[in-house]
Amino acid sequence: MLIAAVLVLIVLGSLLFHFLSPWWWTPIASNWGYIDTTLIVTFWITGAVFTAVVLFVAYCLLRFRHQPGRRAAYEPENRRLELVLTVGTAVGVAAMLAPGLVVWAQFVQVPEDAAEVEVVGQQWQWSYRLPGEDGRLGRADTRLITPENPLGISPHDPSGQDDVIVEAADLHLPVDRPVKVVLRSVDVLHDFYVPEFRAKMDMIPGAVTYFWFTPTRTGTFEILCAELCGVGHAFMRGYVVVDTEQDYQAWLGQQTSFASLTGGAARADAAP
Amino acid sequence: MATTIHGHGPAETVPPAETADVELYHPHSWITRYVFSQDAKVIAIQYSLTAMAIGFVALFLSWLMRLQLAFPGALEFIDADAYYQYITMHGMIMVVYLLTALFLGGFGNYLIPLMLGARDMAFPYANMLSYWIYLLAVLVLVASFFTSDGPTGAGWTLYPPQAILPNTPGQDLGIVLMLVSLALFIIGFTMGGLNYVVTVLQGRARGMTLMRMPLTIWGIFTATVMALLAFPALFVGAVMMLFDRLLGTSFFMPAIVQMGEQLSYGGGSPILFQHLFWFFGHPEVYIVALPAFGIVSDLIATHARKNIFGYRMMVWAIVIIGALSFIVWAHHMYVSGMNPYFGFFFATTTLIIAVPTAIKVYNWVLTLWRGDIHFTPPMLFAIGFIVTFLNGGLTGMFLGNVVVDVPLSDTMFVVAHFHMVMGVAPILVIFGAIYHWYPKITGRMFNDLLAKLHFWVTFLGAYLIFFPMHYLGLLGIPRRYYEMGETAFVPASTVTLNEFITITALVVGAAQFLFLFNMFWSLRHGRPAGGNPWRATTLEWQTPQTPPAHGNWGRELPVVYRWAYDYSVPGAAEDFIPQNQPPSPTERREAAT
Repeated sequence: MLIAAVLVLIVLGSLLFHFLSPWWWTPIASNWGYIDTTLIVTFWITGAVFTAVVLFVAYCLLRFRHQPGRRAAYEPENRRLELVLTVGTAVGVAAMLAPGLVVWAQFVQVPEDAAEVEVVGQQWQWSYRLPGEDGRLGRADTRLITPENPLGISPHDPSGQDDVIVEAADLHLPVDRPVKVVLRSVDVLHDFYVPEFRAKMDMIPGAVTYFWFTPTRTGTFEILCAELCGVGHAFMRGYVVVDTEQDYQAWLGQQTSFASLTGGAARADAAP
Repeated sequence: MATTIHGHGPAETVPPAETADVELYHPHSWITRYVFSQDAKVIAIQYSLTAMAIGFVALFLSWLMRLQLAFPGALEFIDADAYYQYITMHGMIMVVYLLTALFLGGFGNYLIPLMLGARDMAFPYANMLSYWIYLLAVLVLVASFFTSDGPTGAGWTLYPPQAILPNTPGQDLGIVLMLVSLALFIIGFTMGGLNYVVTVLQGRARGMTLMRMPLTIWGIFTATVMALLAFPALFVGAVMMLFDRLLGTSFFMPAIVQMGEQLSYGGGSPILFQHLFWFFGHPEVYIVALPAFGIVSDLIATHARKNIFGYRMMVWAIVIIGALSFIVWAHHMYVSGMNPYFGFFFATTTLIIAVPTAIKVYNWVLTLWRGDIHFTPPMLFAIGFIVTFLNGGLTGMFLGNVVVDVPLSDTMFVVAHFHMVMGVAPILVIFGAIYHWYPKITGRMFNDLLAKLHFWVTFLGAYLIFFPMHYLGLLGIPRRYYEMGETAFVPASTVTLNEFITITALVVGAAQFLFLFNMFWSLRHGRPAGGNPWRATTLEWQTPQTPPAHGNWGRELPVVYRWAYDYSVPGAAEDFIPQNQPPSPTERREAAT
């Protein structure tokens, strides 16, 4: 009796909490509105199933509770009913999976015109590298890291000379231009996570990972590390500033290249 | 033809025994009876008490971490090191040392021989060893609390490289003890697990066909087979990481510069460990869930006085879920940096599992339909399971669907999801099961009022803890954060929510002492239960003595004539017919026509 009423209250309470509570996602700042849409579709389908099943259980508990003289029905199987439920569930699952896979196909295919930006994680700070004028990032290797070459860029790769190094400062990105974020770590696992961009990806020492997105509005967004990386994990923060094209160019002009960071030696060494 | 093929009707004759009755090792001292016992029932109680004792440690750790999350810095001894040690040990204890040990070592040992009409496990001596090695594993784990740098704080997933590097607490000894303890656990489990599988396949009573086994046994059996296949992946992972840590190999360690210093590692792959871990870790979810599925089916059938609906479908669903769970592991790794094209495959397999899982939920609900529902504590816990499992299963549809997982992965949404689905739901089943079988194990009834109070606080409290927690994750709060600090996108109101969750967690934790008290108090003061207080059909309730003696069955092994769910059979005098009751004259006539 009581439990039937409580189950109804759980359904009502959950729905009210969902619609009225102040805790919801942060306003999106990237092109991944499709992810939000798929998430909403999933909320509707799963919410409907939860409501229907729990209310049905509540009804059963009330209607078929033990009373003197009551005897249960004997029905081992009902093939038709089992088949209908199986097919119905399969349809519901497909309705969530299909849009999910379509959006995933977009997620894994980086647009041709995406600009590369490298993010390098280390305990517990973020550094960045932009490709410079040639549009290409030079090769890099953890074993090449020295105090003068904190990101381990190969001094012998000409395309690395003009790479722009941003160490322990904010990353700037131009609005409305697709970015391929190339991720490296020099020590342990990290994860580059900006809630407003919706996308995130782990960074693995010894490997290069990536994801892409297009920032869709200007502003300053906080970067959090989303993969446990030791005791300082919660404090591994940074900022991405999404600029207008003009502001971005102004910022870019003030940055230093790898060549100027290491002095003339590396440049002379690598000159063609 | 008198023998029905499909299993629902009773059979007039049963085939002769395929194996001879066994001669058991008979204890001749207190030590061999209660300590180094070879009786599966005693081993079951040893397993259960050990698992619950270490479980209370995990409960205490969860209190501490919740206090830190709601009131950061209020307790001075909880620094970041301590916090990560708490979450790591809490997670590992709950998943491996409590849930796996209790379901398989505890319920498996108690119920397999009794429900199948066997005298004991197939290999009682290995069974005894299994427990003692498990105890050793627990002691090694506990020992890590007393080392100079404490237990490991690498997170229960123990991801390298950080698990074995400085800047992670317990890097010196803690991680070594953790890995050794896991290896011991797996060795001990293998001894028990082989026992469970062989006993199910070889030790069944005459007439107990596979398709007449109670679903409890199907769940435990399938989970054990899975565990025997999945745990070796963790075992090799643990051994390889031990080599990396102690011998300087680089299985999982690439070239690393830590705090400006080049380490001597090079060439290994951190993501290889993740594949090994989750090849174990995902089946592990179902190793915990399948016994719960099986047990809850029997609780619902017994206390609703109705046959489980769609028994054959339930059996196949268990087997299919078990098989599929081996090809979904990388859904834990969508944002791990593995080749993103794997996402298509693993999202598809993951969501396919939802179909057999949903069938199970429907069939539990349809068993209640037109039942005769008694709101006993086991039934209440079973209902609590349906609600929390449904909730946690549905949020799995978010995380399994690769693109929806991207924003939610590594947030509190994940924490809420897995606690609901493989924490709260199976634990509610454990409580329901303990209340259900307590009268058989002890011969006495527990206190009904205390049990109901325990249910209400635990069920409602757990829902209030974990339901709102999803929304913190949706908001973007990452998991495994010692403190959130000032973060622009996080509103101040989340502090209030965190305080609410913590206070509820303290209350729910405290309520578990009601359970503990009830168990011990009723041992002496509970009213005598009799042999079959729930009027259940399965064999364990038909033993000549309660609690059952060593050897379970007296001189003659039981003979099984029917399936496990003959409740409220039309025309029968009682609303249950035990599995070992021969067909009545009416049943014989019906079978003949």
